[in-house]
Amino acid sequence: MAEKIGTIIRVNGPVVQIRCNEDIRILDMVEVGQFHLVGEVVRLKGDVAYVQVYEDTTSLKAQDPVYSDKIPLSLELGPGLIGNIFDGIQRPLEKIKAQEGDFISRGIHISALDKEKKWHFKPLRKIGEKIGPGDIIGEVQETTLVKHKILVPPYIPAGILFSVKEEGDYDIEQTMAEIESNGNIHSVRMYHRWPVRKNRPYNQKIDVNTPLITGQRVIDTLFPVAKGGCVAVPGGFGTGKTVVQHQLAKWSDADIVVFVGCGERGNEMTDVLANFTKLVDPRTGKLLLERTVFIANTSNMPVAAREASIYTGITIAEYFRDMGYQVALMADSTSRWAEALRELSGRMEEIPLEEGFPGYLPSRLAEFYERAGRVINLNGSTGSITVIASVSPQGGDFSEPVTSHTKRFIRCFWALDRDLAYSRHYPAISWIDSYSEYVDDIKLWWDAHTDGNWIGYRNEILDLLQKEQRLQQIVKLIGPDVLPNTQKIILETCLLFKNAFLQQSAFDEIDTFCSARKQFLMFKAIITFHRKAEELIKQGIDIDELRESDVYRGIVRMKSYSEETLSELEKFVDSMEQQMEKLLK
Amino acid sequence: MNMYNLRQYTVLDEIAGQLFVIRNIHNVGYNEIVEITEENGKIRTGITLEVGEGYAIVQVLGGTTGLALKNCRVRFKGEPLKFGVSQQMLGRIFDGLGNPLDGLPEPIAEEKMNVNGIAINPSARDYPENIIETGISTIDVMNTLIRGQKLPFFSGSGLPHDMIAAQIVRQARVEGEGFCIVFAGMGVKYDTARFFIRSFEETGVLDNVIMFLSLADSPSLTRLMTPRFALTAAEFLAFEKDMHVLVLLTDMSNYCEALRELSTMRGEIPARKGYPGYLYSDLASIYERAGRIKNKKGSITQIPILTMPNDDITHPIPDLTGYITEGQIVLDRELHSRGIYPPISVLPSLSRLMKDNIGSGKTREDHPSLASQLFASYARTRDIKAIASIIGEEEISSLDRLYLKFGEIFETKFVNQSYNERRTLNQSLELGWDIISNLPEEELIRISQQQIKQRYRHKK
Ligand SMILES: Nc1ncnc2c1ncn2[C@@H]1O[C@H](COP(=O)(O)OP(=O)(O)O)[C@@H](O)[C@H]1O
Ligand SMILES: [Mg+2]
Repeated sequence: MAEKIGTIIRVNGPVVQIRCNEDIRILDMVEVGQFHLVGEVVRLKGDVAYVQVYEDTTSLKAQDPVYSDKIPLSLELGPGLIGNIFDGIQRPLEKIKAQEGDFISRGIHISALDKEKKWHFKPLRKIGEKIGPGDIIGEVQETTLVKHKILVPPYIPAGILFSVKEEGDYDIEQTMAEIESNGNIHSVRMYHRWPVRKNRPYNQKIDVNTPLITGQRVIDTLFPVAKGGCVAVPGGFGTGKTVVQHQLAKWSDADIVVFVGCGERGNEMTDVLANFTKLVDPRTGKLLLERTVFIANTSNMPVAAREASIYTGITIAEYFRDMGYQVALMADSTSRWAEALRELSGRMEEIPLEEGFPGYLPSRLAEFYERAGRVINLNGSTGSITVIASVSPQGGDFSEPVTSHTKRFIRCFWALDRDLAYSRHYPAISWIDSYSEYVDDIKLWWDAHTDGNWIGYRNEILDLLQKEQRLQQIVKLIGPDVLPNTQKIILETCLLFKNAFLQQSAFDEIDTFCSARKQFLMFKAIITFHRKAEELIKQGIDIDELRESDVYRGIVRMKSYSEETLSELEKFVDSMEQQMEKLLK
Repeated sequence: MNMYNLRQYTVLDEIAGQLFVIRNIHNVGYNEIVEITEENGKIRTGITLEVGEGYAIVQVLGGTTGLALKNCRVRFKGEPLKFGVSQQMLGRIFDGLGNPLDGLPEPIAEEKMNVNGIAINPSARDYPENIIETGISTIDVMNTLIRGQKLPFFSGSGLPHDMIAAQIVRQARVEGEGFCIVFAGMGVKYDTARFFIRSFEETGVLDNVIMFLSLADSPSLTRLMTPRFALTAAEFLAFEKDMHVLVLLTDMSNYCEALRELSTMRGEIPARKGYPGYLYSDLASIYERAGRIKNKKGSITQIPILTMPNDDITHPIPDLTGYITEGQIVLDRELHSRGIYPPISVLPSLSRLMKDNIGSGKTREDHPSLASQLFASYARTRDIKAIASIIGEEEISSLDRLYLKFGEIFETKFVNQSYNERRTLNQSLELGWDIISNLPEEELIRISQQQIKQRYRHKK
């Protein structure tokens, strides 16, 4: 049990000041008051420690005792993470419900992982072998999708494998292996603890080179993100941030998904949870739940734990990365995290900068995004963390501090547009304001997986969209009639591209996910249409004829081809030019 | 009872606004109740806002007007603010702090509940389902209200939000028994309160309504507590008594003003437009009290009403509300001035829970695509209107003219309906088809061929 280290001298919302009679360090975890509420030391000033408390502080009093083991707030990393839902400081919400009922009470101390459950362990290393931090000593089939690698904790020095358990069923508290280094024996269990705010070490960062295929056309074909990259998804309320996050959590081709619901709606967590226990991953045929970890610290849960939830999420992501997995972390929404920082900073009476945010906001953001990336792990495997972060700008204004600072640390930006959302063009990702700096990193992947024209098509369509933008300005001033057909066709192609390609309903049974192959075929169809149409127009064909043609209708219907019938779609695309020729007769 | 509960103090050290400081005290808990008895026997309630070594800062719920530094007794009760709730509260009117306003005796409490509420465990929530048919086309077809949802009205001063809310209460067809209404009026005018009472009376639901009223002249802290008392009653009825509770909260802008006022008084650093940085979390602690819980029959549906200062949807009050609620119904001054009732602007309006609760097996299979098409086509109308207003209607194409006509009919026939007109969902959907059929069928790209064949009104 933790020992008493001091007493409360002041309570102000989630921030509590204590007078310490023991040495205590920044980030040490403390237990506050008679309920032993979980808190963390965030500032020291003489013998006074400022503690942010992760639970409601109602009824705490001056002179209440404060206890600590003098270790930092840490996570439990081991089998049992997948498919589970935790709060911002990794307390298991299902178990809390079973024990405490429907409402979250205070002072609950339940360990994150199930200590009784037996896992089937298979050793992968032999006694006498050299072994070092981060090495894999064995594995556990955690779900049918995930082989959980049992890692030597990074803090254990390199040595020789002194003992290892045989294949069999064990609980996570048992010693699975012992490592001898410099005459000391270190034991390794199936789980270890890791401080939530400390980056997990790796060997080196390497360049990204593969796209995260998300099944969302506007993303994969226009503004792709690489595995190991960082994206920001800013947008006013109702523009589609959460749906984008949910879609990516469902359909992207990551090995592991960590979904952090940070300061947002309770019902949205219910929604993902319910869906993930039903939906099947198109690539593996397994339930999506079998590769996902949920962190939920909704808007009505304590604000300090909201601040921690982001770190909890990224630390879990790093842990799976260390096993050599491609991990995707969704954080919805990082603005709520920044606001939690602001609120806590205010309670500590720090001097604010812009809009009340503390001066260290940019460095906190930088530290967080720095934890993404593609790396060579300590054990030599390659893993990655892709971060997809929604940003909720106040008033929908992208120049506010969180959005503008975030932009410095990400290389891909999916700007959600209010007007698109109002007209129910979803995903409302603006093709004008969004960008991806990963295009060059991943174009070889597209070349290898298609007939090699992706980058060409992409440039062609972006160019058309830019031209359309300018033409629309003219139309607004003098009407569409004055435009020559060679320009009208640009408007027509762009309209078709928006409707038949960019617009993709998350709630359409078929269109919710679109494979890379289908995307490419659809892309090709639009480009083919445009090129041929330009040609036909020169030969006197009218825009209306094109719009009323079977090919046009065929393009509008492309979305409805299921993944099983793509060869038909291919046939259609191959036949387009010929069919369009017929208009000449 | 603890020792300190009995401890009384006779001297306040400092009074500022609705706060006072009391020193030389010990054993006082944060966020707990304080009872202040004046010389004349008048009792006020306060809450500890901050506690420290030998002092506490207390905010006084009824305001500090008339309070003197000397000669009042202060008692620390050693527990957070609680509200004794019971089913007998139905049909009654209370002030913002749960005291009867109707002259009748205080109902006997069945249970005492913490007014601040406790967060529902996200894994205990049940996803809202079952639509509430309001009889209003723009809501039922395009922004469907779901039982357990929080769906606010973003209104402006002088717009008929109260009428629409009253119409919904009257028309909402809620199946099964155990339907009731909890009404929280924060800083509302007496007229508004009367309007609602009268309308509940006419609808014959008054016996199923609990009203909490803190009128415009009530102190700001009382306004902050009003929705909390109301929601505590709602939680009791929904989750202990299996009732379907519809909570009307009006006007949330007054609530936010009160919060700003107190924050300024405390010298806190503001975030935007003078509002405190925790406005989001504070609003969430109210709005997130809507919903359903697994294995419980009842539900809490919230319709908060707020007036957007200067009709500005980016103002922190609507903005932060929209970030928390499950959509919003936006009222529009231009429609209102053209005599269209209810003046619901469909494009910025949204129901986030609609997607999972409409369509085949739930409402009608054509519902999602018809709604989506109405949005898309009407949005196009707006663009064309903008162009036509510059270059003249004669200069636009014949297709564009069809769009303009569609837009006009949409506003006057679909959006517009009378205060007493209750359209069934079926009627509204059929009306939607009548109106969308003013556009050529090739334009309806969000609707499947098959549905067009089945329902499009072909011109003879
Ligand atoms: N890709 C999509 N397909 C269909 N509907 C969408 C899509 N994206 C957003 N929506 C609609 O927009 C609503 C709001 O989206 P949401 O992601 O919750 O917004 P935000 O998180 O930005 O506030 C959703 O409830 C849904 O109705
Ligand atoms: Mg969202």
